[in-house]
Amino acid sequence: MAHTSEGAARHAASGPPWMHIIGFVLSIVLTLAALWLVLGHAMRPAPLFFTIMVLAVLQIAVQLFFFMHITESYGPAWHVWMLALGVVLVVAIVAGSIWIMTFGGDVAY
Amino acid sequence: MPVGVQNYTTHFFVTGDPLIYGVDVSIILVSLAIVYVLTRYRKWGWLWREWLTTVDHKRIGIMYLIAALLMLFRGGVDGLLMRTQLAWPNMHFLEAEHYNQIFTTHGTIMILFMAMPFIFAMFNIAVPLQIGARDVAFPYLNAISFWLFFFGALLFNHSFVIGGSPDAGWTSYPPLADLPFNPGPGENYYLLGLQISGIGSIATGINFFVTILKMRAPGMTLMRMPLFCWSVLAACIIIIFAFPVLTVALALLLIDRIAGAHFFTMFDGGNPMMFVNMFWIWGHPEVYIVVLPAFGIFSEVVATFSRKRIFGYSSMVASMLAIAVISYFTWVHHFFTMGAGPGVNSFFAVATMIIAIPTGVKVFNWLMTMFQGRIRITTPMLWTLGFIPNFAIGGATGVMLSVAPADYQYHNSYFLIAHFHQVLIGGTVYGMLAGMYYWWPKMFGFKLDERLGKWAFWFFNIGFYVCFLPQYLVGFMGMTRRVYIYPPGLGWEIPNLISTIGAYLMGVGFILIVADVVYSIRYGERDLTGDPWDGRTLEWSLSSPPPHYNFARIPRVDSRDAWWEMKQRRQRGEPMEEPEPLRPIHMPKNSGVPFILCVAFFVAGFGFVFNWYVFSVIGLLTVAICLFHRSFDYDTDYYIPVEELEHHEAALGRT
Ligand code: HEM
Ligand SMILES: [Cu+2]
Repeated sequence: MAHTSEGAARHAASGPPWMHIIGFVLSIVLTLAALWLVLGHAMRPAPLFFTIMVLAVLQIAVQLFFFMHITESYGPAWHVWMLALGVVLVVAIVAGSIWIMTFGGDVAY
Repeated sequence: MPVGVQNYTTHFFVTGDPLIYGVDVSIILVSLAIVYVLTRYRKWGWLWREWLTTVDHKRIGIMYLIAALLMLFRGGVDGLLMRTQLAWPNMHFLEAEHYNQIFTTHGTIMILFMAMPFIFAMFNIAVPLQIGARDVAFPYLNAISFWLFFFGALLFNHSFVIGGSPDAGWTSYPPLADLPFNPGPGENYYLLGLQISGIGSIATGINFFVTILKMRAPGMTLMRMPLFCWSVLAACIIIIFAFPVLTVALALLLIDRIAGAHFFTMFDGGNPMMFVNMFWIWGHPEVYIVVLPAFGIFSEVVATFSRKRIFGYSSMVASMLAIAVISYFTWVHHFFTMGAGPGVNSFFAVATMIIAIPTGVKVFNWLMTMFQGRIRITTPMLWTLGFIPNFAIGGATGVMLSVAPADYQYHNSYFLIAHFHQVLIGGTVYGMLAGMYYWWPKMFGFKLDERLGKWAFWFFNIGFYVCFLPQYLVGFMGMTRRVYIYPPGLGWEIPNLISTIGAYLMGVGFILIVADVVYSIRYGERDLTGDPWDGRTLEWSLSSPPPHYNFARIPRVDSRDAWWEMKQRRQRGEPMEEPEPLRPIHMPKNSGVPFILCVAFFVAGFGFVFNWYVFSVIGLLTVAICLFHRSFDYDTDYYIPVEELEHHEAALGRT
């Protein structure tokens, strides 16, 4: 319990919440960029998918660093381990699904 | 009556089936009886203050337990109805449509509304006590989890009498589950019931993950934790990573159904197999979610009743963590026959076989723990002993199924049905019943009667083999799952008849368990010491039931089996440390908001089921208000003053 109030105090002491403001702006920009790419038919489908994926990954990074305090921890940084495992599993799930759903051939889904 | 209204009522309420009318009547009678009793004995306030608003993990655990037993009953009745229909060729007990609904609700209820709450009951009952904590990390969230599960299950169960049950199997594959092939609210019930309770499950996973990592008593390093806590930790890791996939799959299917999207449709670029893929990315890890806690319970029970340390502690930990990770790499074994190609099938076949290895390690560890131990055959130990041969057979048939080319023969046959019941019942249900008998005195302050408990075990266990062994056979003879009728002359009669008899024996076993509970409430041996089994872990150092703050002083731990070591030291007459003075205890306050929040979820879900979006809007708005309220609520905790603690502890006969 004491931990949380300490942490809150530290944040409160540092003036306007710049981290949150920057993060907020960045995440809005990333979202609008994706929306614009899709609505404006700015690219052919394959590169479009790829670009949107990149934007999504950047979005995750923004969330983690600016809002989810990934760099802070009292004691062992379990959340970083969990995130690392999460990355491994997400890659396995995405890559595995593509491998499975292309039916061993080149039928693209 | 105007035609509109008449149509409306006949579509809203399920009509035309005498079985269902019977249920309607009993639902009404039971509800009236409950209202009467609560009013007559002025218990409404008690219900609200002590249960509906509680954030105490022990009470939440008890509510999970009651819900799980009720759902085991409903799912079990579904099973018996199906077995009755299948007892003999050309039976006319259930119609095709009704049979489809029953296997769907049976499967869904057993996995999501029986197995899941049962493991959560055990999490809640045992984990904080075993690690020397006063509650979970987020008690308020814990209450929300429970009520989300409760109202999700309630919503799902409404389908039976209002609107019609889902009937596309517990796997709910499109295109069968898509709107054109499955109009009506049934599938929506499935999607929303699971979605709502699934949010609760994810929250529970996070909650216990954090609890175990952050709230252990001083000195309890990870490698000194009881194995049950390790199993919960492993299960939570799986929950955190697997459940979101289910959430997404269900959400996309719901969007297909109510908003006309094409994620999983046959045409317009949809791909139904993608749902199958996503379902099992969750589905396989899910079976480990429900079986790992059972493994943990067996480890506790075996050690206690062999009066020995568990053999191979670190290999137990390693194998559970290995299972937690490998279980993400096996999901295709549920659809080898989709034909994703030899490369895919071989990879997932091998991964499936590999996961059998850590499981085998654990079985040997349990056996080695019993070896040369002083074994006491109590009811929890009986369920544990019953589990071992069950899991050996279930594991062996699992490895048979994992051989992809062979699976083309076994797939969706009764061989498969027998296999997964063997591991789900033999693993999860036996494990949870072992845990229930083991921790019952801790929760309620009295033991369940051993004699009745043993009768129940033997009926259930023998019934199990009689029910499911013939199904392996009839599977080899070509009987497929989800058939509601079959012709005579195929040689299927006798095995099916035997199987049905076995199912009824298991039913008797269940009734005996209920009888045991009812009998023991009155006559069960009272537990005055708090340590009725001569246990090894910290929960047994408390009185039964423990006070609401659990530990007046947080214990200091310097070895595994902390309570056993303390008792040993006391026996050897070593000087005990002077107890520290009591200090005020920081506790979370009860709150009615989780309950209201989840009622709102229920209302919103109901609106989606029937496409009455007014309800959805009202419900979701209320959800938002509840979340908002919580964000600005600073009056969430309090301190128990020392005088009150002294008073409580003295009343429990402790200093
Ligand atoms: C009282 C004991 C039980 C009996 C007699 C029983 C019987 C049955 C029967 C007859 C079927 C349908 C087979 C078919 O027509 O395809 C079935 C399916 C199923 N059972 Fe059980 N069962 C029991 C307990 C359980 C338990 C404890 C679980 C899970 C923890 C479970 C999970 C399932 C699942 C997932 C299905 C597949 C449903 C589907 O095809 O969609 N059952 N069971
Ligand atoms: Cu599987």
